Amino acid sequence: MSPIRALAAIGRPVIAGLRLVGALTIFAAQAVSHLVRPPFYPRETLIQLVQIGWLSLPVVGLTALFTGGALALQIYAGGSRFSAEAVVPSIVAIGMVRELGPVLGGLMVAARVASSIAAEIGTMKVTEQIDALVTLSTNPMKYLTLPRLIAATLAVPVLVGVGDAIGIAGGWAVGVWRLDFNSATYLKNTVDFLETWDVVSGLWKGAAFGFIVALAGCFYGMTSSRGAQGVGRATKSAVVTASVLIFAANYILTETFFSA
Amino acid sequence: MIRLDDVHKSFGPNRVLRGATLEVARGTSTVIIGGSGTGKSVMLKCILGLVTPDRGTIEVDGTDVTQAPRDAFLARFGMLFQGGALFDSLPVWQNVAFRLLRGSLKRPKAEAREIAIEKLRRVGLKPEMADLFPSELSGGMQKRVGLARAIAAEPEIIFFDEPTTGLDPIMAGVINALIREIVTEMGATALTITHDMSSVRAIADNVAMLHDGTIKWTGPVARMDHSGDPYLDQFIHGRAEGPIEAVR
Ligand SMILES: Nc1ncnc2c1ncn2[C@@H]1O[C@H](COP(=O)(O)OP(=O)(O)OP(=O)(O)O)[C@@H](O)[C@H]1O
Ligand SMILES: [Mg+2]
Repeated sequence: MSPIRALAAIGRPVIAGLRLVGALTIFAAQAVSHLVRPPFYPRETLIQLVQIGWLSLPVVGLTALFTGGALALQIYAGGSRFSAEAVVPSIVAIGMVRELGPVLGGLMVAARVASSIAAEIGTMKVTEQIDALVTLSTNPMKYLTLPRLIAATLAVPVLVGVGDAIGIAGGWAVGVWRLDFNSATYLKNTVDFLETWDVVSGLWKGAAFGFIVALAGCFYGMTSSRGAQGVGRATKSAVVTASVLIFAANYILTETFFSA
Repeated sequence: MIRLDDVHKSFGPNRVLRGATLEVARGTSTVIIGGSGTGKSVMLKCILGLVTPDRGTIEVDGTDVTQAPRDAFLARFGMLFQGGALFDSLPVWQNVAFRLLRGSLKRPKAEAREIAIEKLRRVGLKPEMADLFPSELSGGMQKRVGLARAIAAEPEIIFFDEPTTGLDPIMAGVINALIREIVTEMGATALTITHDMSSVRAIADNVAMLHDGTIKWTGPVARMDHSGDPYLDQFIHGRAEGPIEAVR
């Protein structure tokens, strides 16, 4: 391969990636600008809160429960190598609320919600329902995109909070039943070493991830090409983009929140 | 009045409209005919601003459609989409009353529902249909719900994209009569696309034929049968031989 070819092979995906980030940013700015311009659709937002928040609770809860349990086992095994088994409660709690709660919660919501938003809006697009909305004097950005963005940004932090609690409970259950911790000591250690900012930073991450999920879903739905194939592609792209952006945003936010 | 002047629109290499020029007078009913895939639906979408023409101007009442304030402009229109385009997340009556439930034309829910049921009756659908979802209806029923939605807010200008396709002959007659009534009694301006020649004769004041991206022939419906235009003749008599190629 000639050096020019190699350069082009690197350059093309980089440019494509930058173009995507640019397009997403413009889309987000357009959507958010409707936040201050009536009419508003509170009913749609409420429906989306139920769809995105309430109905995601089981998936996020189960993910957190098993992760918390596994985390306790791993930290116990690692800690026992230098006889520091006592750190299990505090590390489970910190690991859960700072990283695993928001990231795994965000990913599960990306799988469940970004896909369904993209498929729903994409189908509306290819069956001319979006055109019909416009002719009925309803702005699709206001009626479809904004309610989903608001709902996801509000709902995911709550999901993360609930997931944190369930994850810690999972760690506690494994700690007490499998690792012979004293229940009261475990809980006391958890509470004593956990700081407010540990939890709050994770909730902020959750809000950012919720925004990303709804944004990717709406963007790919709205730009879906014609036919069933177009909707399929939109759905896949929404999930992949949302997941990768969640990891990227997680790193950036962690740097911002915790690097000295 | 609607005026299209030299409108061009391509999708990639596919040159669909190549200088379409058409005038539709206020309070009249114009029917657009033309082969499948010639760009009739695209033309309506250009007028509504759903598709942006590459070239040419479109005016409604002397104002360029790209300059008109969007909300006020669209509030004057009703549109029946070729595929119905019903919102499948909403029950039938909320589809019909969509405009009456939000925005500037908003009114109490009970009243909006009553209007929706009345419009459903006019397109030959029973009140029991009001609470079903679009996916529970047959194709022809969906079409009629789309029609009811288009006329629900009593707009001045109504576009019907193939209103009778997929309907039985009796129902097609009902719909033709309804469109005619909306124009004659309510003074609306109608622009209808259809392939059904009996519909053309029932609905139209004027006929325009789209072929090769331009309006090939336009005139009053009475002159359609002896226009002397070989394209129009072939089309209205449905002959396989003639200047219009069968494979396009
Ligand atoms: N959004 C679009 N993207 C790409 N091509 C399009 C689009 N909309 C329409 N076309 C193309 O434009 C041409 C005209 O389409 P249009 O739907 O206007 O046909 P039509 O005259 O309404 O036909 P029919 O009578 O079958 O409904 C077709 O070749 C179609 O493939
Ligand atoms: Mg068409």
